[in-house]
Amino acid sequence: MKKELTRQQYLDLYYYMRLNRAVEDTMVKLFRQNKIVGGLYSSLGQEAISVGSAYALEKKDWLAPMIRNIGALLVKGVPPRDIFMQHMAKYDSPTKGKDGTSHFGDLDNLHIVSPISMLGDLIPVMTGVAMAGRYLGQKIVAMTWIGDGGSSTGVFHEGLNFAATQKAPFVLILENNLWAYSTPVRKQVPLENLADRAKAYGIDSYIVDGNDVVAMYSTAKEAVNRARAGEGPILIEAKTFRRLGHAQHDPAEYVPKEMRAYWEARDPIALYEKYLTGEKLLDAKSKKEIDEKLDTLLAAEREFAENSPMPPAELAAEGVYCTGDDCHKIRAQWERPVAEVTPPKSSVEAVWTVPGFGSGKGSGGANAPIHFGDTPRAVEKSANGGKPAAKIAVKAAAKKTVKAAPARASRKARR
Amino acid sequence: MASGKPNGNEGGGAPVTFLEAIKQAMFEEMERDPAVVLLGEDVGVYGGAFKTSEGLLARFGWERVIDTPISESAIIGAACGMSYVGLRPIVEMQFIDFIVCAFNQITNFVAKGHYLWNAPAPMVIRGPSGGGVHGGPFHSANPEMYFVHTPGLKVIYPSTPYDAKGLLKAAVRDNNPVLFFEHKFLYRRIKEELPAEDYTVPIGKAAVRREGKHLTILSYAAMMHTSLEAADALAKEGIEAEVIDLRTLLPLDEETILNSVRKTNKCLVVHEDTKTGGIAGEIAAILCEKAFGDLDGPLMRVTSLDTPVPYAPTLEEYFLPNAKKVFDAAKELARY
Ligand SMILES: Cc1ncc(C[n+]2csc(CCOP(=O)(O)OP(=O)(O)O)c2C)c(N)n1
Ligand SMILES: [Mg+2]
Repeated sequence: MKKELTRQQYLDLYYYMRLNRAVEDTMVKLFRQNKIVGGLYSSLGQEAISVGSAYALEKKDWLAPMIRNIGALLVKGVPPRDIFMQHMAKYDSPTKGKDGTSHFGDLDNLHIVSPISMLGDLIPVMTGVAMAGRYLGQKIVAMTWIGDGGSSTGVFHEGLNFAATQKAPFVLILENNLWAYSTPVRKQVPLENLADRAKAYGIDSYIVDGNDVVAMYSTAKEAVNRARAGEGPILIEAKTFRRLGHAQHDPAEYVPKEMRAYWEARDPIALYEKYLTGEKLLDAKSKKEIDEKLDTLLAAEREFAENSPMPPAELAAEGVYCTGDDCHKIRAQWERPVAEVTPPKSSVEAVWTVPGFGSGKGSGGANAPIHFGDTPRAVEKSANGGKPAAKIAVKAAAKKTVKAAPARASRKARR
Repeated sequence: MASGKPNGNEGGGAPVTFLEAIKQAMFEEMERDPAVVLLGEDVGVYGGAFKTSEGLLARFGWERVIDTPISESAIIGAACGMSYVGLRPIVEMQFIDFIVCAFNQITNFVAKGHYLWNAPAPMVIRGPSGGGVHGGPFHSANPEMYFVHTPGLKVIYPSTPYDAKGLLKAAVRDNNPVLFFEHKFLYRRIKEELPAEDYTVPIGKAAVRREGKHLTILSYAAMMHTSLEAADALAKEGIEAEVIDLRTLLPLDEETILNSVRKTNKCLVVHEDTKTGGIAGEIAAILCEKAFGDLDGPLMRVTSLDTPVPYAPTLEEYFLPNAKKVFDAAKELARY
């Protein structure tokens, strides 16, 4: 399955992993100087997952990061200053200081949905994003991440099951770093491979070495392609390890020393550097250039962030409600003929084909008519009731995509 | 569907039920705007547990009328995601009691997005609520106050077919998440002629249902009708009650409330929701803050008991407010 990447792609993956780590190193310094409001989480040793999976997305695709996916935000195009300012609760931060960490998004340009703290909630939300994109003919894929611990939530099940029934173009990366705060994965899930859960939803899954950025990227790319092609959601379990405590405050003394040592020897950036050097894709000179580039960039970004003011107190009272078109112009961007979803074309006969009933995927029988997109439709209602009518397949996502509506900015943000 | 206009609304013709008004609102909004979709349990093939979406699948197709698994968090979460991509989803809770299964998605995800990261979520969550039909403790809920306490949401609880249709249309067109409660006792019990043309009823505006000078009765949903019944009986004793239908609970129309109370100087709040933490307490606080000097008597309230909704008809009748209880309370208040 391993795909050859272009030289540029190899180097991009390297650069973004380095950037991810450098951004977080800078934040540790800010944290120690008491410049960060609240806690600081780390994705040390997990950079390959965020970077490799987000790198598989196209610009129009949507993602929603979790707390350890700063790498994904950087790949998507978020400038480091935004991440610094979020953590410092600054006025120029994406949420103007109303929320911290990676709790911010961008609906209009980068297509990022903000996470909230409640684990698992993004799974149905990104399912909805995927469904809406399909409905509008945008051919997008939605991606989010979830931890081994977060996979125990009810909403993980509800969301993934709904995505599966809808065949939503959705990719879920299950980041199994063996720990959820102090709880080891065995106390979350009594399975060797969390990816096994995919079977229960009737969807496909992959297991990948989360410390191998190339494997991560190629797996994610394949999953994204398949989801985009209409094969339904895909679950990827990335095996890795949480190298630091749950957050800065946690020394993680509950983690066995041997375990830590094992994974420290498998640092994704060090492994990849070795690989790139061996393949002659990276030498000391170009590495030094990257070091310098990162130093310069982050110094500037950090300075900008530190100089940003704290938000004015009165801002606390503002923005609870959207005040209408002057606040946000909400317009769906159609990339298929609207006529396909408006009467009379949109109408559907409620037909149930009894022969397929109850014989789900994999049971050897005909597919059960799960919803109308899968349901063969009677061309003409035959008078001889009971006898199955002639069938034609009604496929959901339009094959003939026609750019219909002008691609106006869907939401004009008033800042 | 009936002949004539495909939604069955001939306009100025036969009066329609509350339920039919809801159906017309959804139908017309889906007809008007292809960004409007409907999701919920059994809303498609079956047309909804109360048949409020009957015929919608046949007209709008499975991409827009989506039968979902029994997963309230997933339904509401997905609707939120859809709204981020420019759709305007309507979510049906089969019974409103199940809305609390998605409490977290609504109060944490949907409600906070605009405030925190400038992400509006134009979506409507609607469903049959309320008691009086012997639905028992899990099919009779009035959950409005959980959500009135959640900044970022709008909460509507109409009492007439006209308002139900006009407010539901307004809710669909609103850029904020709107909770829309449909009192199921009213579904088939009241009828009203509706205009043929498109109309909306503004969110956040109360309506004066009956003018009066001796006291103000504030109510909404099914209790609106109970209050009017009591007002008729009071009139026979020479007490003219002004009856106001709140219609929207969040944002509350303080202006209409204050104008009325400043005129009558007495206020009785009637709601089917239980007493503690009900909207009456909030109204009492508003009157203390803004109209204390205008009050000639204590704010009084007639509400359900602070218990779960009991099942047996004798118990439920005891639990619920009724016209007699409203009448008695109003008479007592009028004595001040
Ligand atoms: C629903 C919910 N319950 C509890 C928490 C508190 N909490 C935050 S992170 C965390 C552990 C998460 O572990 P995991 O999902 O494996 O992610 P990791 O921290 O390993 O990246 C917990 C319990 C939460 N955020 N959400
Ligand atoms: Mg974990």
